[in-house]
Amino acid sequence: MTTVIAPLDVDGPAAPPRSNGELVFAAPWESRAFGMAVSLADAGAFTWDAFRDRLVARIAAWEAEHGVGAPGAPDFRYYTCWLDALEDVLVDGGSLSGDDVAARSIELAARPAGHDHRDDEHGHGHGH
Amino acid sequence: MSEAAPADRLSPALRTEALEELLVERELIDPAVMDKFIKTYEQDVGPLNGAKVVARAWTDPEYRAWLLRDGTAAIKDMGFGGPQGEHMVVVEQSDEVHHVVVCTLCSCYPWPVLGLPPSWYKDPAYRAGIVRTPRRVLREMGLEVSEGKDIQVWDSSSEVRYLVLPQRPAGTEDLDAEALAGLVTRDAMVGVAEVAAP
Repeated sequence: MTTVIAPLDVDGPAAPPRSNGELVFAAPWESRAFGMAVSLADAGAFTWDAFRDRLVARIAAWEAEHGVGAPGAPDFRYYTCWLDALEDVLVDGGSLSGDDVAARSIELAARPAGHDHRDDEHGHGHGH
Repeated sequence: MSEAAPADRLSPALRTEALEELLVERELIDPAVMDKFIKTYEQDVGPLNGAKVVARAWTDPEYRAWLLRDGTAAIKDMGFGGPQGEHMVVVEQSDEVHHVVVCTLCSCYPWPVLGLPPSWYKDPAYRAGIVRTPRRVLREMGLEVSEGKDIQVWDSSSEVRYLVLPQRPAGTEDLDAEALAGLVTRDAMVGVAEVAAP
């Protein structure tokens, strides 16, 4: 890992990142999707540029489908594009086959109700 | 959910969980390493890093010159480096030109000095609008740029990441670098705001 992190006075007068606004991730799954991409690139599973190319393509596809600033357009789902791009780049590199994630998701969805995490994206998951 | 659910109807939370399971089983990721990256960008790396760079540039003319000449090295000298900070270019606001940064194609952003980008930076409306009608978009964001001033939009869509060096506000001559850093906001370092006097 090459990240260089300087020690920060997290409780100081300008404590970041929160002092400038918003939560970094809107839902727990977004942070996991972020962490996977950064870890995989750091470990050399793919280059960041390869991931970025896929992200650009997914964002462009979203914009082509929904329009930019069009009346009634749905909110932009950045981390959904991110997750799609992550799957794409892993399939490109042979780490996944195209339907691995869907197949495993369906298995997970079939768990008893108390283990179902599907509500996580709304930030009010229950029964964990 | 039935087993016949089409793959594109699966929630992203479920797909993320499935993907993480598969990657752990295949030993492609270590959850502990993932957790460390997430914590770093959730809690540790944020705009205060950039604010410290700006405050040093405001108080140290030699550092300012170095920062504008070789942003990557000057920022590394403050201890800030890593992913998305490998090729930093610093642009300085002036009375003649207002600089503002975008990534038109996705979300490229200088993580080591600003943390992860805010949602408006990633939004299609900002990414398209700031190029087409920068003065209007900046006005909508609360920044009035006078008609006599040029606006220079920097697109981060190559490997380069930009940091804006804002103008030091008047009336701050007596403040030291630490106090000055407290005035510098993320938005000012992207170029969608100015630094206000205390």
